[in-house]
Amino acid sequence: MTPTISVGELTRRYRDQAALDNVSLTVEPGTVTGLLGRNGAGKTTLLRIITGLEFPTDGVVKVFGAAPAENDAVLRRMVFVREEQSYPDFRVGHAIRVASWFYPNWNAELAQQLLADFELPLDRRMRRLSRGMRSAVGIVIGLAARAELTLFDEPYAGLDAVARQLFYDRLLADFVEHPRTIVLSTHLIDEVADLLEHVVMLDHGRVVLDPPADEIHGTGMTVSGPAIAVEEFVAGRPVWHRQRIASRASAVVPGPLDAAAQARARALRLSLEPLSLQQLLVHASGIAEEKVSA
Amino acid sequence: MPGLDEGTPLFVQIAEQLADDIVDGQLAEGTRVPSTNELAAFYRINPATAAKGINMLVDDGVLEKRRGIGMFVALGAREQLLATRRKLFAEQYVDPMVAEASRLGIDSDALVSLIRETSLSNGGKTR
Repeated sequence: MTPTISVGELTRRYRDQAALDNVSLTVEPGTVTGLLGRNGAGKTTLLRIITGLEFPTDGVVKVFGAAPAENDAVLRRMVFVREEQSYPDFRVGHAIRVASWFYPNWNAELAQQLLADFELPLDRRMRRLSRGMRSAVGIVIGLAARAELTLFDEPYAGLDAVARQLFYDRLLADFVEHPRTIVLSTHLIDEVADLLEHVVMLDHGRVVLDPPADEIHGTGMTVSGPAIAVEEFVAGRPVWHRQRIASRASAVVPGPLDAAAQARARALRLSLEPLSLQQLLVHASGIAEEKVSA
Repeated sequence: MPGLDEGTPLFVQIAEQLADDIVDGQLAEGTRVPSTNELAAFYRINPATAAKGINMLVDDGVLEKRRGIGMFVALGAREQLLATRRKLFAEQYVDPMVAEASRLGIDSDALVSLIRETSLSNGGKTR
């Protein structure tokens, strides 16, 4: 099957600054991919190139097997909801109606439902909406478009935790009923971790991790226990982070740990805990070094 | 997220919870188990993850697919799960208990009588 997105050796430089540095990745159809990274990691630049809003300095981008830039046949099959997207000063109802003309798979019923869920006032002007409400309008459009490729770039400025949960729930529910390819760029990683089938982690314009979400588990491990035992265990291993209080210590080491290492940890009475996705991001530069030296 | 923890991969946790329900008899043999989509919605996880958990149990012969209707608890599934768990019991429960007991200076006679007492006070049978 043709990947929905395929990016090869993509570089985007602004003057001498590389926003993206030799990025390669593929996104398979019918998956939910999380594009994760800190602010400035290159997430938005990557999405802008995928959606044809920007050109790469070097490298190849294909969406549905074709170059997206100025390619209406490709662009009509995707919806891109941007962070703090600006809208013409329409009333909410009008903005939704205008959006419905653009997207061939638009579902008016879903749009109505979502507008009610997010309690959006249809006759209020966009300019008079709160930031959170404007974000919600973007979310309504992004979901109701039911585009084959749906890209959300940090779509929830100003949305509180309850509204974000509503977004995740509606996204998942509609994805289950109408599978499509979804890319969700975010720094709120732990909130979305369980929704993802595929994770792409960017750091300083480079891909540091790109596995199926299931396989992330154990990419990094926290080893903790008596300080002497921890030191004995980590000797000869790369250590991403160390902490010590009195006679106890913990260290973060790259995983996964094989059965022998796990048995050794047990024998030393150490406890092992895998890093969450969010914690992995904290150690992203460590992971990057690991890849270089491997 | 309801009832799932950090330590184990999600799909394994899904499989373990279904297996627990089968062992407890809450999911009787021959009954339909929740679909991938139902599990995804309930646990708020990706349906592919839920499917992976279910497939683990299918591969083990605990669940069986009936085309077009769904996923069902296989006949003999409970006995099979019990047998597997009994095999793992020593490793998962007895070994760590014995290790901790020796760390605390509880000898094996004392440990055995402790187990008897606990079992009695829980209304269990000693013999």
